[in-house]
Parts: sequence; structure tokens; C-alpha cells
Amino acid sequence: MTWTSLNAGIAYPEIFLLIAACAILLIDVFVSDAKRGITHGLTLAALAVTGAILYSGYIPQRVTAFSGQFVADPMAAWAKGGILIGVALALIYGRSYAAARQMYRGELYTLTLFATLGMMIMTSAINFLLLYVGLELLSLSLYALVALRRDSANATEAAMKYFVLGALASGMLLYGMSMVYGATGSLDVVIIAQKIATQAANPTLLVFGLVFIVAGIAFKLGAVPFHMWVPDVYQGAPTPIAQLIGTAPKLAAFAFVMRLLAEALGLAGIDLSQIRQQPMLLPSWSSMLMVLAVASLVIGNLAAIAQTNIKRMFAYSTISHMGFLLLGILVANEVGYSASFFYAFTYVLTAAAGFGMVQLLSREGFEADTIDAFKGLAKRSPWFAFMMLMVLFSMAGIPVFVGFFAKLSVLQALLNHAVLVPGVDGAGIDIDHSGLVWVAVVAVLMSLVGAFYYLRVVKVMFFDEPTDTAPISACWDVRIILSLNCLLLLALGLVPGYLLAKLGEAVKLSSLVLF
Amino acid sequence: MLTLEHYLVLGAILFAISVFGIFMNRKNLIVLLMAIELMLLAVNINFIAFSQYLGDASGQIFVFFILTVAAAESAIGLAILVALFRSLRSINVEDLDHLKG
Repeated sequence: MTWTSLNAGIAYPEIFLLIAACAILLIDVFVSDAKRGITHGLTLAALAVTGAILYSGYIPQRVTAFSGQFVADPMAAWAKGGILIGVALALIYGRSYAAARQMYRGELYTLTLFATLGMMIMTSAINFLLLYVGLELLSLSLYALVALRRDSANATEAAMKYFVLGALASGMLLYGMSMVYGATGSLDVVIIAQKIATQAANPTLLVFGLVFIVAGIAFKLGAVPFHMWVPDVYQGAPTPIAQLIGTAPKLAAFAFVMRLLAEALGLAGIDLSQIRQQPMLLPSWSSMLMVLAVASLVIGNLAAIAQTNIKRMFAYSTISHMGFLLLGILVANEVGYSASFFYAFTYVLTAAAGFGMVQLLSREGFEADTIDAFKGLAKRSPWFAFMMLMVLFSMAGIPVFVGFFAKLSVLQALLNHAVLVPGVDGAGIDIDHSGLVWVAVVAVLMSLVGAFYYLRVVKVMFFDEPTDTAPISACWDVRIILSLNCLLLLALGLVPGYLLAKLGEAVKLSSLVLF
Repeated sequence: MLTLEHYLVLGAILFAISVFGIFMNRKNLIVLLMAIELMLLAVNINFIAFSQYLGDASGQIFVFFILTVAAAESAIGLAILVALFRSLRSINVEDLDHLKG
């Protein structure tokens, strides 16, 4: 085996990020606390260079490396771009928050970089072993980051809950993977997909494994009924870490679900009209995801109404957004996948802006994590009250903002949902295009419920008297980038076609061809 | 004669014990960490049994990775536990009830 046959060139972004993370770990040892800005700058530079390498190495097709374990395709490239942006935003918004709370140390930066590396590996892995290692690299870094404020009882409690439930989720996922390995005799996503398509795998073991894999994925995404950890972690974790958990990993999780369900256990890359028998797994996981999605939409939106802590409210809103994400995936065709991809991509930007606003209002000794902290924001700072209004409108899915088009594209995919049904004479199968109207109706109704609690924050900002009158003390860079982030939500809402078309094209170019 | 089924049943029993350990245990966080370790070991038994049955080495390679990650995982778990004990003065699961909305 030679260096060329490894085809390592397509993994240069990850290789660079790994070297940069190790270098920053070493450099930080020689940096005094007063000059921590060096580590901050180097970390952002490392993310930027990784993005540049990613951009320059873009290939508009599926290319594999490392004996078919690692894949670079347009979908992974776009997802990695979104991940890098999400991580960079968390570091920029969190800088002064971290500095005021003894968190402004090298660990914050190196752990964040390793978490980013884990996310990038998750999006590009097409082998169960590599998928697992990427996921654990992300999870272990995040557990430690949540516990970064060692003296805070809330943060360590959140870290413990996150750790226990995260480890349980990994265990379930692994148990499912072991069953799929036993049924197909391979850990390679492509070979597993081929074995399933040719019906050369033990169906009992496969379905048994599938249940555990879906449960593990639902835990990681935070879908009901596996959502218990999400509100506690969001509330207890320091706000920049809550932002890190709530943004970029969602995009990585989307890619992870695509690799595991759509590619390995689904029928990605197979022309549905060419199938002669009832497919084994796709209808099973599609209906499992439907249950998870509907439960997440209902519980997430209803529970969010009762919250007074805005981070907890964002947590329940994340749960409901994950419901929408799953709705697109369960459609199980390119339209659905690209709708979900667009949803995840824009959600990263929206949630980053939301958490950025919480950090903008916080200062030393004041967390600004209650809805009351936003009282009368319009009188204190009309500009940022307007920015927050755009974030909340986008989350609620009000037209002109990008959240509306994300929801719309998922609902459109859902209404065109095609179901495979056994043919009339028992031979072959037909495709039923009648769609999932009732699920779409539940999603729309629950979005209306969601609009209530988002608009309540808007009401508090514009019509209540301020209780906290301290001036906003954020630096100019945070103000500018946060404003740009919020305006981007409006801009993408005014011109949604470009990004939607690009992501759709990326999903199409990345589709797995089996035979 | 031990067959594949025996090993799979053993794995399933260990997995079930560990899940019960996580959900039923209300006293001690260290027991919880032990249950998590047991869960990963149950998965390892599955992988090794399948690997032997299929005559394919990749399952056993996976086990090495799981063992390594499990070691890192318990290190982080114990570190969080120590930090938690410093602030709470307790490792009782029922005392983890400060976060609610």
C-alpha cells in the first residue's frame, strides 16, 4: 500500500485541523493568562484555514479514501463548512463570557477543536468503526467542555447527566451496530447496503439492530422520548458551550443519520421503480422516525411554553426543530434529504444568533438566561431588540425569514412522500404518492403553538419596562458579527433559492451508487 | 457445545443488566459508571462472537477501539464525578435535582 493508494488528499482538512489542534495545545502552555487572545486568534485562524483547504479541495462527486472508510462528497463539504462556521461563532460570542468566568483557558480552545474534528469525521465516515470514533471524539470533548466551570454545581450536574445519557446512547448505537455487523458480515456502509439490497442479510438480526441504532440516534439528536438530557444540559452548561452543543453537532448528526440510515440501512442510490421485492428496512425506520418526529414536535413545543429560563426554552425549541429535521429524513428521497439538510444548515445559524444574544446581555456575575432579562430590551438597545426579533421570527417560521422556508421545504417533501406498497397481484411493488398529510398538519399546528412562546419573548422585549438597566458591554467585533449573523437570517429568507438549490445539488451529487 | 446463540444471549443479558443498572439505580453514581462499562463489554461480547462466527477480523478490531474509548470515557466520567462531589458533597443520584424548569 502506497501513499497514493490511500488517497489521503481528500482528508487534508481533517489532517490540518488535527495538527493545528495539537500545535495550539502546545503553544497555549507558553501563553500567559493575560495573552490568551493569542490562543483565541490561532484557534479561529485554524478554523479559517481548515475552511479554505475544504473549499479549495471541493470535488463535485463522491470520492473515497483510506480503503473506502472515508468519503469526501459535496454533502460532507457543505456540512463541514456549516460546522466550521457554527464553531467559530460559538468561540467569538463566548469570548467575553468565558473571560468573566475563569473559563478563558487553553482547554476551551483545544477541546473545541477536537470536538470539531470529531464532527468532521462523523460527516465523512462510511465505516461503522470510523463513525463511532468520530462520534466519541465529539461526545467526550463536549462532556469535558460542559464541566469546564468546575466550581459551578449546575455545570457539573449538567455534565454528569449529559455524560450518563450520552454513554447510554453510544452503548445502544454500538449494540445495534454489532447486530448489523452480525447480519451482514461487514462494517463498511457500502457493503452493508449491497447485502441488504440483494437480500443477503439475516432480516431478524437486521431489524433488531435497527431498533437500537434508531434509539441511539434519537438520543444523540435529542428527539422525544430520548430528550431528557437536552433541557438540563442547555440550562446547566455555560452559555457558549450550550451554543456549541446546540448548533454545529446538529449538522454533524444530520450527516451521521444520512450515513447510517439512508446509506447503510436505506435505499439511497437505488431506483425505487427497479425494486422487485418489498425493501427490508426502509419502511421500518421511516415509520420509527415518524413516531419520534411527531412526539418531538408535540412535546417540544408544549413544554417550551412553560419555561421561564430562555436557555431551557431554546432546549425545548431544539427538540421541536429536531422533529422537523426527522420529518424530512423519513421521506427518504433526495427531496426530503435536501429539505432536512437546508433545515439543519439554517438552524445552526439561527440558534447561534439566539445564544449569541443571551451572551450579549450577560456580563460578569449576571447570566441573562431568564426571559425577564430581555424585558424592555427595545428601550435599552433598539438595534439588538430588532436583531433578536429576527431570530425569534425565524425560529417561529414567520415568512420572509429563513426559518419559514426551511419549514416549507420540509412540509413540501412530506406532502410528496412516496410509500412502497405490495403490488396488486402480489408480484413486485407499486409506489403510493398519497403523502403524509396528517403528519404535515400536526407539524403546522405545533408550529403555531411554537409561535406563541417565541412571540412572548418579543412582547417582553418591546412592551415591558426594563428591570436591568446596565448598558450592553459587548466588544465591537461581537456586535458586528452578531448583527451580520441576524441579518443573514433575513437575507437567506429573502433569497432562499440559492442555498436551497446548492444543498439540493450537493445531496444529489453525493448519492450512493450501489451497482 | 457453545454456539453463536449462547454468546448472543449472554451479551443480551449483560446489556439488559446494565440498562436496568442505569435506570433503577437511585443511590450511587459510581454504580452508574460501572453499568456503562458493563454495557460496552456486552457489546464487545457480541462483536467477538460475530467475528469468530463470520471468520472476519474487523469485529475484533472494533473491540480494541471500544475498549480504548471506554477507558477514556470512564476517565472523563470519574473526573466529572470528582468535580461534582466537590460542589455537592454527595454522589447520590437523587441529589442531582437542581436543574428543572
